[in-house]
Amino acid sequence: MNLQEAKFQYLLRLGDSNLIIGHRLSEWCGAGPILEEDIALINIALDFVGNATALLTYAAEVEGKGRTEDDLAFLRGEREFRNLLMTEQPNGDYAATIARQFLYDVYTFYLYEALKSSKDETIAALAVKSHKEITYHLRHTTEWMYRLGNGTEESHERMQTALNDLWMFTNEFFDMDEVDALLIKEGVAADLEKIRTQWETRVKEVIAEATLQIPTTNFKQKGSREGKHSEHLGFLLAEMQSVHRSFPGAQW
Amino acid sequence: MNSIINTDQIFKLLSEIPDPEIPVINIIELGILRDVKMEDGLCTVVITPTYSGCPAMKVIEDDIRIRLKEIGIENVKVELVYSPAWTTDWISDVAKEKLRAYGIAPPERTSIDKGVLMGKERHLKCPQCGSENVSMISQFGSTACKALYRCNDCKEPFDYFKCI
Repeated sequence: MNLQEAKFQYLLRLGDSNLIIGHRLSEWCGAGPILEEDIALINIALDFVGNATALLTYAAEVEGKGRTEDDLAFLRGEREFRNLLMTEQPNGDYAATIARQFLYDVYTFYLYEALKSSKDETIAALAVKSHKEITYHLRHTTEWMYRLGNGTEESHERMQTALNDLWMFTNEFFDMDEVDALLIKEGVAADLEKIRTQWETRVKEVIAEATLQIPTTNFKQKGSREGKHSEHLGFLLAEMQSVHRSFPGAQW
Repeated sequence: MNSIINTDQIFKLLSEIPDPEIPVINIIELGILRDVKMEDGLCTVVITPTYSGCPAMKVIEDDIRIRLKEIGIENVKVELVYSPAWTTDWISDVAKEKLRAYGIAPPERTSIDKGVLMGKERHLKCPQCGSENVSMISQFGSTACKALYRCNDCKEPFDYFKCI
């Protein structure tokens, strides 16, 4: 694997994860539990999709085969997507959405903080931009972790169930392979072992403050690095890509 | 015709383009328009988004092309840059006053709020009555760049332009 191939893969991982979680959040449009939350989730979705557009534009440029960000988003199949399994998990109830988002926000908060000093100028510039936005995302989800964890018996119960259900997807955040090894050596990528330590500390603090328990499951789900996804991604793509596949190249 | 138009004139022309979501300020006052270059008949206009997913960018790009076409410049490249990252510090004092008059509380001087993660309240004034007795309704408002507040004195809700 050469540097160009590694960079392309790395950009797909970053871009796809943000695109898919952004799309998931957009499914709440018009269906949020209260108006303010409906607006908040759609704003956050917009940040993710916008950032994914920039990352996939750069991925296509690095690949150098004349593809565009739209080709990458709309014309790839499930096995070609490199998003983290966490990001494709269904919205469930509001606790499930918030738990998924909180776990991912803490991860991106530290990941993009580290990427600000990437030796790749484009990745560094996008990280600076995104990190400002992620700071707001994380504040929002942290508040909701407290609210649901310390709320009623039912909200507490639902949040604990959501954490228990999603916990098996967190280990994959920190999976590293030859792509990471090569890019860390070149100063392009972030060392995910360092991110893991920061992530664990912050997540434990918030979970304790919210009077919740760290799940005890040892089961770890992985596969996205090789394009092996949960059953949910196919359905998500079918919807996300339907217009582009029905009307190829349509613009308005 | 192109040869007699210099970049200063183009800046002046483009300063007439309002932000599509906050039409009281233009794209120069907002800090979105970064540069204009004329080279061998190609006009390059450099813009930067406020937020990554700002849906206004496409409209702004179209507006720039339309304005330039009106004065006979058709060979246009609109370049989107992310570095240096846009910050609310680039909004001029004049523009901030325009925002206030329009009913949007302008961003404070310091860029990213250090207390933002700790849930610290900011000190800002109601753009309607000037009271500092305000409370946040939601961190996310009608557009990506704004939060929603309410004034506890005059009871009016208002948008606050978030610091980033």
